[in-house]
Order: sequence, then structure tokens, then C-alpha cells
Amino acid sequence: MVTKYDVIVGFKNFCFKKSLWVFHFGGASCNNCDIEILDCLTPRHDLERFGILLVGSIRHADVLLVNGSINMRDKERLIEVYKQAPRPILVVAIGACGCTGGIFAEGITFAGPVDKIIPVDAYIPGCPPKPEAIIGGIVKLVNK
Amino acid sequence: MAVYLFYFFIFPGLLFVSVAGAFLSWFDRKITARVQFRKGPPLLQPFYDFFKLLLVKETILPKHGSPLIFLLSPVFAVFGAVMAGVFILLPLFNITTGFKGDLLVIFYLLTIPSFSYITGALASGNPLAAIGGSREMKLILSYELTFLLLIAAIIMKCGQQFDLNTVIHIQQSGSPFIGSISGVLLFIVGIFCIQAKLALVPFDMPEAEAEITEGIFIEYSGAPYGLIKLAKYIMLFILPSFLAALLLNGFTLQGWGILWAVLKVLLVVLLLTLIRNTNPRLKIKQAISFFTIWMNLLAIIAIVLIAFGY
Repeated sequence: MVTKYDVIVGFKNFCFKKSLWVFHFGGASCNNCDIEILDCLTPRHDLERFGILLVGSIRHADVLLVNGSINMRDKERLIEVYKQAPRPILVVAIGACGCTGGIFAEGITFAGPVDKIIPVDAYIPGCPPKPEAIIGGIVKLVNK
Repeated sequence: MAVYLFYFFIFPGLLFVSVAGAFLSWFDRKITARVQFRKGPPLLQPFYDFFKLLLVKETILPKHGSPLIFLLSPVFAVFGAVMAGVFILLPLFNITTGFKGDLLVIFYLLTIPSFSYITGALASGNPLAAIGGSREMKLILSYELTFLLLIAAIIMKCGQQFDLNTVIHIQQSGSPFIGSISGVLLFIVGIFCIQAKLALVPFDMPEAEAEITEGIFIEYSGAPYGLIKLAKYIMLFILPSFLAALLLNGFTLQGWGILWAVLKVLLVVLLLTLIRNTNPRLKIKQAISFFTIWMNLLAIIAIVLIAFGY
């Protein structure tokens, strides 16, 4: 049975899914994932078709994209950005470095993969992941 | 009494201008996407954005600053935009009330959204918002004189008549003002004034996304940011229709007139979008000299031409 409450929650979820605004946090990245993320927003893949926009301020964001290995200096800033984000916020770790640490996992300044610092909703591995893989990850996250 | 509330809240007030403005906002984004060879967002995208911000997202208040003014400014922005919209659209849709559409009242009401953005930005206590607020102030100082000269020129053109009703009637019984040399100059001035009032790209230094990360709106989240978006949608609809009323013959709402009315507004928005997509952001200094020297010069030339009857 569908109640009034269900309808309201369904409408809210629908609007949220249809308009995800993305804030991009680049850790100590080699820049490859950044370029692939930008590739998603440029004409060939055009994520604005699905209402996904890149925003400049974390206060407007619905999704926090984190890529690159997180070193000791990035850690504080990542926690600060995560605390400043309005809830609900989804966190996506992109690339091998974001998911596991990749080749930096045993470096002396490495401060752990993203999910040791803040809760992560989706992982998109790859070095770098293809734009198609990033879109696929976002779709899976939205339909979760 | 009830009829005035109807005017304010339903037609041509809040509901109508919001829906029309949201549609124009979609049009603007779609044209931008087409210019960049992208596909662009779906038709209902502005509604999704607005309802997401209003219903789903959390509102965060500034710790160092004034939460009350921070929360009230978006409400004032929407109020000013709707009020200006009602006073512009009542004469345009040929609805007669006691108020005849005094141009100076409309002029003052149109500045309320910009002023509320400034108070909201300064109340947030964020240094980047303060930079954005000071830039918005300088921008207001530069374009407001030009906008006033534009209105003064229109008043001169229709023989010292101050109300929008008469401006539209004179054009509809004669020829539209844009058909003369002075009219074309005033149209150029008007387009650039609207561009600055809407803070679209050559004049978007208050919110400069890449430089000061949304500037005046940096601290807004959730429902207040939704209201700011709403005020922006409304301004995107009422300013082009104001220009259509001043120079492009207003609207006639019979038969093909409805199509023409829609096309006039769409044409003005298309021009704004194309200017926005083909220009880089100016520095605030360049914007001030652009308006105080060149646009004022153009407006004064138009006024002199009107005095000689062109």
C-alpha cells in the first residue's frame, strides 16, 4: 500500500537523483583522474543530460568526488570539506589511489585510502578509470 | 482584496513568473549546451534543481555572521522580483488596476534582488562572499545610471509619460520604438544592462565560479539557495519582458499575438545567452568603465537623437 509519506519520500528521492551537483576534491593526484572527470562533463559524454553539474562551492554539492592518494596534509582538508557539506552528501572515491592507495599505499606520507577517513558510498577503480566507467559508477550509486 | 492576492500569488505573480522563468532558465541552459555541441539538460531540470534544494538539502547557517539577515535576504530577493514582475506584467497583459505601471517604481523594485544578494553575502561572514558583495555593489553603481538613462529616454520618447500602460499603448497605436535609430541604440544599451543585472558571463564577477567559487552565494545551501535560484529564474523572465514592453511593442494577447509575445521574450533571452557564451569574464574595473563611459555615451546619444525627433 502506498501512503502519502511514501509519495513525498519518493518525490524527494526522484528530485535528488535527477539533479546531482558534483564537487571535485583532488588529493595528491597525478592529474589523470582529474582529466577523465572533466572528460565526463565535456561534449562527448555530457553529464548535464542527467542534471549533473560541477559546482564551485561545497555548500551546493550533493556528491563529493575524491581522487588521488590522500596524504597527511590532504587528510585534514578532506575532513574539513566533508564536515562543511550539507547532508545528504554522497562520497565517491575515484581511481586506484582513491580506492586503495594504489602505488602510493606504502609511501611515508600516505594517510590511508579515502574510506579510512570518511565514509564512502561508491568506488570507481581504474588508473585512470574511463569516463564510461565513471558514468557507470554514478548510475549504480543513484540506483542503489 | 482577493483579486490582488490572486495577482500577486497566481497570475501574473509568483506561480506564473516562476514557471515561465524556470522554462527560460532551461532554454538558456539548452542553448548553451547546443553552442558547445552538447545535448543539454531535460525540460524539467530547473524544477528538479529547485525542489531538490528546497526539500532535500540541509540548510547550514554561518557561525560568524548574522543568521537572521542571511536567511531573510533570499526571501526579500524573491519578494522584490515577484513585485517587479507583477507591476511589469499587469500592463503587459492589459489588466487594468488602480496602478498604471509607474516606470520609476519598477526601476526601484528591480534593484531589490541585487541589494538582498549583497546583504546576504555580507551577513554570511565569508571573505570570498565579501569580495563578491563588494563587486556586486560596484556593478550596481555602474549599470544603474545607464538603466535610468534608458528609462529617461523612453519617457522622453513618449512625451513625458511615466506609466508603462501609456508606453505600450503609444507603441501599439504607432510603431514600435525599436524602429528608429534611437530605439536601436536603446535596445543595445538595454541588452547590456540586463546582462549585468542578471550577472551573466561578461559581468558575472560577483559570483565568478572559478575565481571566488560562486562569490556572493558561497555560504548558501538548501532552501535559501533554492529561493535564490527562484529569484534568478524570475529575473530571467521579467527583465526581457520589461525590455519587450519598453521597446518591442509589448504583447498583444489575441490570435497570433501570443506567439509573437513568446517569440519576443525568447529572442531577447537568446541574445543574452549568445553574448554569455561568446565572451570571457571582464574585470570589475573594465565593467565600470564599459558602463560609465560607453553605454552612458550611447544612451545620451539616443536621448539627443530623440530630442531631434529621430
